[in-house]
Amino acid sequence: MPQASSSAAPERYMISVDGLRLLIEALRARGRRVVAPVVADGAIIYDDIDSLELPRGVTDEQEAGRYKLAQRGDDAYFGYAVGPHSWKKFLHKPALRLWRAERKGDEVTVEAGRIEPQNYAFLGVRACELKAIAIQDRVLMGGDYVDPHYKAQRDGAFIVAVNCGKAGGTCFCVSMEAGPKVTQGFDLALTELISQAAHEFLVEVGSPAGAELLAELPRRPATREDTGAAQAVVEHTAASMGRHMPQEDVPALLMRNLQHPRWQEVAQRCLSCANCTMVCPTCFCTTVEDHNDLAGVESSRTRRWDSCFTMDYSYIHGGSVRPTVLSRYRQWMTHKLATWHEQFGTYGCVGCGRCITWCPVGIDITEETQAIAASEKA
Amino acid sequence: MPDVPMSETAALLHARPMVPQIAHVRRRRHDAPDAWTLELDMANGERFLYAPGQFNMLTAFGVGEAAISVSGDPAEGPLIHTIRAVGPVSKALSQLGVGDPIGVRGPFGVGWPMAQAEGKDVVVVAGGLGLAPLRPALYRLLRERARYGRVTLLFGARRPEDILFRQEVERWRGRLDIDVEVTVDHATDEWRGHVGVVTNLISRLDTDPSKTVAMVCGPEVMMRFVAMALIDKGLGEETIHLSMERNMKCAIGHCGHCQLGATFICRDGPVFTYARLKPLLAVKEL
Repeated sequence: MPQASSSAAPERYMISVDGLRLLIEALRARGRRVVAPVVADGAIIYDDIDSLELPRGVTDEQEAGRYKLAQRGDDAYFGYAVGPHSWKKFLHKPALRLWRAERKGDEVTVEAGRIEPQNYAFLGVRACELKAIAIQDRVLMGGDYVDPHYKAQRDGAFIVAVNCGKAGGTCFCVSMEAGPKVTQGFDLALTELISQAAHEFLVEVGSPAGAELLAELPRRPATREDTGAAQAVVEHTAASMGRHMPQEDVPALLMRNLQHPRWQEVAQRCLSCANCTMVCPTCFCTTVEDHNDLAGVESSRTRRWDSCFTMDYSYIHGGSVRPTVLSRYRQWMTHKLATWHEQFGTYGCVGCGRCITWCPVGIDITEETQAIAASEKA
Repeated sequence: MPDVPMSETAALLHARPMVPQIAHVRRRRHDAPDAWTLELDMANGERFLYAPGQFNMLTAFGVGEAAISVSGDPAEGPLIHTIRAVGPVSKALSQLGVGDPIGVRGPFGVGWPMAQAEGKDVVVVAGGLGLAPLRPALYRLLRERARYGRVTLLFGARRPEDILFRQEVERWRGRLDIDVEVTVDHATDEWRGHVGVVTNLISRLDTDPSKTVAMVCGPEVMMRFVAMALIDKGLGEETIHLSMERNMKCAIGHCGHCQLGATFICRDGPVFTYARLKPLLAVKEL
């Protein structure tokens, strides 16, 4: 029953921990494949869940080149930052078959790879990840050609977002204007509120599908205190970012410093291992591989994630266009922070910090940018 | 986009842009020591429509796919590609025999500025196999000759035996409505033509730089020097057009491989103005 004075404000409700369980079950009852954070192999990753199998009371400690799980001392279900996985692995698959061909004499028939929409529900999507999905939408669906594999998973996906209650040690979403508050692109958004008295989730509705689902769950309207507490959570997170980008026009800064000595310096440390591109939620590059049977009858083409850090990536007859680590690191970083803007109207970076955490030698994209910025002021 | 119904070939490409369509080799010809020209018929019977300077992704089944520019006449005849055997895929493509199937995705990219060149003098500068992507533009220029001013082809090859489409170049040279100059880097005893790099021919060019459009294709270093020579002649950076080459896996702006600065060569090119390329080519390994 919306009040006259607040008719323009979004509706907010409170659900309990049991309500969260019912939310998962309601999504499952709709035939959805629910994917959420779970603990596996010493990290928080994204995988299928049947019920409330979220990482309870678990947190992560992240620094450049470092990731470790720890206990929180409470029962929070979302008390950690983002891990090595991103939703990219479900929408823009790490590997898929594009087609298969069969040859009989001079005739070839090509069968396009099957597209099987998974009817995903993503639970626990952070603000930076929503931004990353929106960025990949532009790349893979926003041009003259649409990637039908991506679109099939993306169009049907139901998104339950979560406002971050804790900034990771390598987070800098505030600098990238990508978080920590979820603002759009979700069906439902949760803020976890834990007090002495209660463990609840404030729920915001972002779509008719979200409203329809929420109507099925036991809930109560949020009070002014609830809303204030939720606001305080994201404000606290925003104030405790682990990292920051320089406060200036970063695209212009990098593009006028393509010959800066810092690129040589970082190239001495970079292993060109491609970890940063694999964990990045916006990196979209792929390569293709053809396979055939020994008889030459059947052949197929597979697409898989690729990285601008490999030598093959830029290979044309005669050699690689970017044979040095310097040129490959510069390509990656200037793409993320400068040329992406010209291509797609946004940064290719959302400040999630994954590339910093999962870099085996702890290279920090914010530190590299700061170094170039600082040298101009020296 | 003109308001015409999409061909079946184009509709299939848009529905599944990474899935090749089938064509068969109608005819093959050995055009230079390591270059073969294939004439292709689409299996669906459609005529393949494209603009001069556009390219296709060609699949040798079981081997792989490569970006190859179209080298035929956009107005008539089969789909024609000229392929230099330099890697596993181009080698397999160049060895396809008459009747063999081949996969085709395309056409892709932005081609030569044919409309912008109307009413202007046109200077076409080709190096080696760079004549192949320029041939559709030459066919168009000669077919619609009245729309253009003076047309000049400056062509450089390494050796006399490397001269691509030799009979056709000689035929063009015999026409009165196009000026053709050919030079080789390394002459043989029988060679009676120009010797030296193609940029040498530019200094002798007689054209009004204020109403000239240049179309250039060849090795990157050759194109840079040609562009500089044309600038020396007084041409503006906006009127010099180069066709670029980079690694490509998708040709639709999705795989990332062909980026040069903020450009996707496949989508924004392969033909660019020198004004756009100059700052990008100035940075080593960009």
